[in-house]
Order: sequence, then C-alpha cells, then structure tokens
Amino acid sequence: MDDLTLSERLRQRGVSRRGFMKFCAATASMMALPPILIPKVAAALEQARRPSVIWLSFQECTGCTESLTRSHAPSLEGLIFDHISLDYHHTLQAASGDAAEHAREEAMKKHWGEYLLVVDGSIPLGENGNFSAIAGISNLEMLKEVAEGAAAIVSVGTCAAYGGLPMANPNPTGAVSVEEIIKDKPIVNVPGCPPIPTVITGVLAHFLTFGKLPELDHLKRPKVFFGQNIHDRCYRRPFYERGQFAETFDDEGARKGWCLFKLGCKGPTTYNACATARWNQGTSWPVESGHGCIGCSEPGFWDAGGFYRALSLPFTDVGETILTAGAAGIAVGAAAAVLNKKTKSDAVNNRETITIKDLEKES
Amino acid sequence: MDANELLSWARGPGFDIALTIFVAGMLLRLLEILALGKKPDLSPPRGSGPKGGAATIMTRMLPRKQVFDKEPLRIINGYVLHIGFFIVLFLYGPHIVLFESFLGFGWPALPSGVIDAVGAITIVSLVAALVLRLNNKVLRFLSSRDDYVAWVVTLLPVLTGYLAYNHLVAPYTMMLALHLLSVELLLVVAPFTKLTHMFSFAMARWYQGYQAGRRGVES
Amino acid sequence: MSGLDAIDVRVEGLGSLGTDNALPLLHEIRHALERLASTGEPTTIDLSSIPFSQHDRDRLFETLGEGEVRARVDAFGPSTVRETAFPGVWLVQHANPHDEELSAFIEISRLPNILTTPLADVEDSAVALAAKLAG
Repeated sequence: MDDLTLSERLRQRGVSRRGFMKFCAATASMMALPPILIPKVAAALEQARRPSVIWLSFQECTGCTESLTRSHAPSLEGLIFDHISLDYHHTLQAASGDAAEHAREEAMKKHWGEYLLVVDGSIPLGENGNFSAIAGISNLEMLKEVAEGAAAIVSVGTCAAYGGLPMANPNPTGAVSVEEIIKDKPIVNVPGCPPIPTVITGVLAHFLTFGKLPELDHLKRPKVFFGQNIHDRCYRRPFYERGQFAETFDDEGARKGWCLFKLGCKGPTTYNACATARWNQGTSWPVESGHGCIGCSEPGFWDAGGFYRALSLPFTDVGETILTAGAAGIAVGAAAAVLNKKTKSDAVNNRETITIKDLEKES
Repeated sequence: MDANELLSWARGPGFDIALTIFVAGMLLRLLEILALGKKPDLSPPRGSGPKGGAATIMTRMLPRKQVFDKEPLRIINGYVLHIGFFIVLFLYGPHIVLFESFLGFGWPALPSGVIDAVGAITIVSLVAALVLRLNNKVLRFLSSRDDYVAWVVTLLPVLTGYLAYNHLVAPYTMMLALHLLSVELLLVVAPFTKLTHMFSFAMARWYQGYQAGRRGVES
Repeated sequence: MSGLDAIDVRVEGLGSLGTDNALPLLHEIRHALERLASTGEPTTIDLSSIPFSQHDRDRLFETLGEGEVRARVDAFGPSTVRETAFPGVWLVQHANPHDEELSAFIEISRLPNILTTPLADVEDSAVALAAKLAG
C-alpha cells in the first residue's frame, strides 16, 4: 500500500501533465461541475491521497458492482477506482474466506475513523438478521460494526439507499435500508437500479477531490446528479407538451419517438441523471430505447402501482370503483327515498289538526 | 410519510375511498331529489313537456339580458371560472388518460402551455369570485359555510396543479401528491355541498322547462 | 437469436426529434465571443452537461463548420482540437486510450488550454535537453 497522491500515481502510469489536465476536465464533467472549476479540481486532485474503502455487499443482486465494472478500464472510472484502496469487496477481491475477513479487520484498524464505507444491497432484519450472513456474521451486525469506524457511508443502489426490490410487498426478509439502521454517520444515497456508473464514480471522485460528500437533497442524494427529474431533462418533453403520446409499444407514435407517459413512464416523479448522462458511455437510456422510466432511483418504486400504469391513473380500476360505488349509492339512495317518504307520510298521518277556535283559546 | 409514500396512498386507497364517496354520495343526493316526485298534473298538455325540458337545459346556458345587465362582471367571471375549470380538467393530456381508462375513449389534448395559462386565469377568476361575493352586501349576508367550503375545495386542485406543473412551493413529487389529495378532498366533499349543481343543474332546468313546455309557455 | 430476427424493426430518421437545444447554445457561444472580444475573458462550455441528442450535436457542428486549425493531442488517449469556421470558437473532444469519448467542450478563447504547454513541463524539458546535450 503506497501513499502516492493521485497526480503522482498518474505520472507513474505515464500520464503526462496534459493528460492529467484532460483527466481533471473529464472528472469535473463527471461530477457535473462547471468548466470554470476545472483548475480547482486539478489543484485538489494533485494532493489527493489514497482513501481506504471498504465495500460491503449485503442482500443484493451484484448489479451495482456490475454497473461499475462494465465501464471499460483503463478509463476515468478505472483510474479513480485504482486510486482508491479498495480493501474489501466480495466480488472483486482476490482473497476469500478468513483471509478476506482478516483484510477487512486490518483495514478497519489501520484507518479507523477515516475509511469510506460503501454498501450495496439491503439489510434483512427478519430471523434476527440471519436471512443474509457473511462468514457467520449477519449483515446487520457487520454493518453496525464497520460503520462505527467509518468517516462516511455511501449507500450504492436503491437496495442500500431505500430498501429496494427485496422490500417489495410482503417483504419476507424484513429488508431495510442502511439509513434505517445507522443514524450517527454522514450517509450519501446513490440510488438507481443500478445507478449510472459515472454517478457512482462521480460521488467517489468528489470524496477524493474535496475530502467530503457532495451537497445532498432531502433524500440524501447528491443534488448534482439527482437534482433534476427525468421529465424536465427528457428529450421527448416537447411531445408531452403537445399531447402526443405513444399508445402501445411499437405503434405509430412509439416509432415516431413520442412521449411514453401513457405507457407508464415515471419520469416526472423520478430524480436521476439518465436523461443527460445516459448509459453505456452515453449510448442511450430507457426512454430513448422506447421504454418508460420505471423510477428505479425513487423509494417505493417497486410497489407504486405498476410500471405500465400511467402516473395520472390510480392503482385500481376506475370503472369498477364507479360501478360498485354506483350500486351502493343507488341502494342507499333508494333506502333514503323510502325513509323520506315514510317520514312525510308519518307527519301527514300524525299531524294535529288545529282550528281557529283552538288558536283563539290560546291567545 | 415521505412524498413517494403519500403519492402512492393518494393513487391507492385515497382514490378508491374518495371516488366511492363521490359516486355513492352524488347518487344518494340526486335520487333523494328525484324521489320527491311530482303531483300528477291532470290537465291536458298544451305543448310538449320533454321538448321544453330539453330545450331549457340549453337555453339557460346563456343569461337573460336583464339579468346580465345588472351584474355583467360577476356573470362573465362565472363563465371564465367554469370554462377555465373544464378546459384544465378535460383537455390536459394526463387527465384525458384518466378519463380514457374508464370511458374507453379519449380525445385530443391541448398543449400543456395553454393549459398552464388557462389554469392561471382560472385561479385568478376564482379569487375574483370570492372578492365579488365578499364585496356585495346581499351576497355576503346570504353566504354560508357551505359556500366558502365549496370555494376552497374547488380552488385547491387548480392551484396545486398549477404549482406542481411550474415546480413551485414544494418538490414535484410532493406537489403532485398534494394535487391528488386536493382532488380527493373535492370528491369527498362535493356531494354534501352546493357542488351537487354539477349534475343537478340539468335536473332543475329540465324540471322547470318541462313544466313550462307542458303548459305551452316560454321558460 | 432467431426469434429476435423475426421482429420487424424499423428505425425512423431522427430528423424532427431534436430538442432544438442547438439554437440557444449557439446564442450562448455568440455572447461568449463578444465577451472574449471586449474583455479577453475565455469561456468553456461542457457539452455533456445539457440534454443534447445526437441530432442536436450534428446541427451544432454543422452550423459551426470547420476552420483553419486542426490539432491532435495524444495524452491519456487522443484528443482532437479544431477551430470552427468562427475563429475563437474551438471544439475540443477528449477520448480515453480506448478511443471512447470522455468529454467534449466548446472553448471560446484565443487558444484552448490543452494546447498550451504547462510551465512545469517547460522547466522539465530544459533540464532534460541540457542533460541530453551534456551526455
């Protein structure tokens, strides 16, 4: 384990100063910082030391790690990742068994209070946390233990950030998110199912560059990537405004690239960078490929009424509700009418007749 | 409850409850009116009751000149309010999607920018209606809690919809949830206020037109 | 794979699908040029930070055209630097060693940053050349 700064490491790799400037420009772009801050990024990265990172994978599908590693190395992500000292990661590390756990304990001891904890996957609480365990230690216990010495926690993926798919009704494992368990450490949520790779590395790059977590929104997501909803950055927005919607997949409207609102697109209520950063090095993203956004970076997206149900529709069938309510209304209405008639006829039958003589007597 | 949970509740149980109360409540109220019945008229008809009834529903869409001349501003504002409300409700794309889901057919939408402008005008018109009511001695005297409640529950959906579309006051997801909840409030309250006029206006016009038409006089 | 081949896929031309973000960006470039001319202050615009479809990019590059200068920088992968038909408006495209686009900028300046030799490199090369001449 060396202690080179980032720029020293790059020089070691044969990257020139011009190359470093290019790297800083691309990193700034990845962090969605305006170009005017590139010199600042460069100055910070010149000095950036190597943070220790412990990556814990819990109840997850490994999609987040896949997303990250599908970016080709040596690329920007690769370099940043190389610069981070990834001291523990199930899928990526060479060690296994006791050796792996030992490496983790060593890293924790050596960098106590300074290491970055990255978590992907939800944490099951059911059966005393034993639905998911590593080396005989439940995820719950391991999270609490490792979080204690962490400088900050990055919850990568919607499972770690908000509970994710394991939490879908009826949540058989009692899955919860990291922030449900850890309350006393700075947490940043990087949701997405999976998150866009450049978003993950952008957050890590920010930590590398500035030594702290980026500015967060009310759901603890970095504002810089999750500050806009998909709808506001969607290139198909003009069609929405004009009321031109695709009715089904592969109909005329769909082929013309019309808005996918009617096919259940959750763009308006989803905050992520898909519409601008896109996927696979900017190749495309779901809407551009013709499928509505499923809202995968939002809490509860898994039980929000169906991916293909438009946002302006309720969860249940409106027609059915109207008919049922109609039947009830008619029944109650008829009953009320009968009751009213009875009240009226009772009043007529039971009325006391008064003559003018009675009134004269009273006065 | 965060915004997403609130939105899911509004799209789930909230909507079911509200729609059920609205439909059942409206039917209940309207059936009660119908059940009042009418004493049979044994005189021979001089004209056609049904023709009079049907015609009156249409002719009363416009005011009589004498009535209009007395308070042109309030009457015109009334039209702006109602027409604006209908345009925003029935001609906005996402709303049409909702209607289409149970009617089985839809219709063309207006551009969202137009709906946005009409929404703003409708809000102004609603506020103007309240101001005109409060500044008129007679109307203020006659106004009850029912009038003010009806005003509030009518304003809230248009206002929250406008705020949501323009990303004002609260983040979009929360604003959308509030918009749906305000619609549900309107649905729940409407059958028990003067807002029943949305259906009963036709019944009233029909009734009076029928009476007049049967007697062969103008209504 | 055979099942997928049976699906008739037709790709419609993207002709009218652009977000038309090219036009406001061109105006931004115009303002930047005016600023450069009067105060000497350069501007850099990050093309990956805006919702820009391929169509918008094509429209932008079409309008800006090609100028007199074309340079290639090989540092951490290839980068192309081109002055457009509007002097002062430069197109800088960075790629990684695998030729995948890293970032793209529009620089409104008299010379893009990446073309200028870093001072530290000059110092280093003075030392290096002296060593070569001596040995």
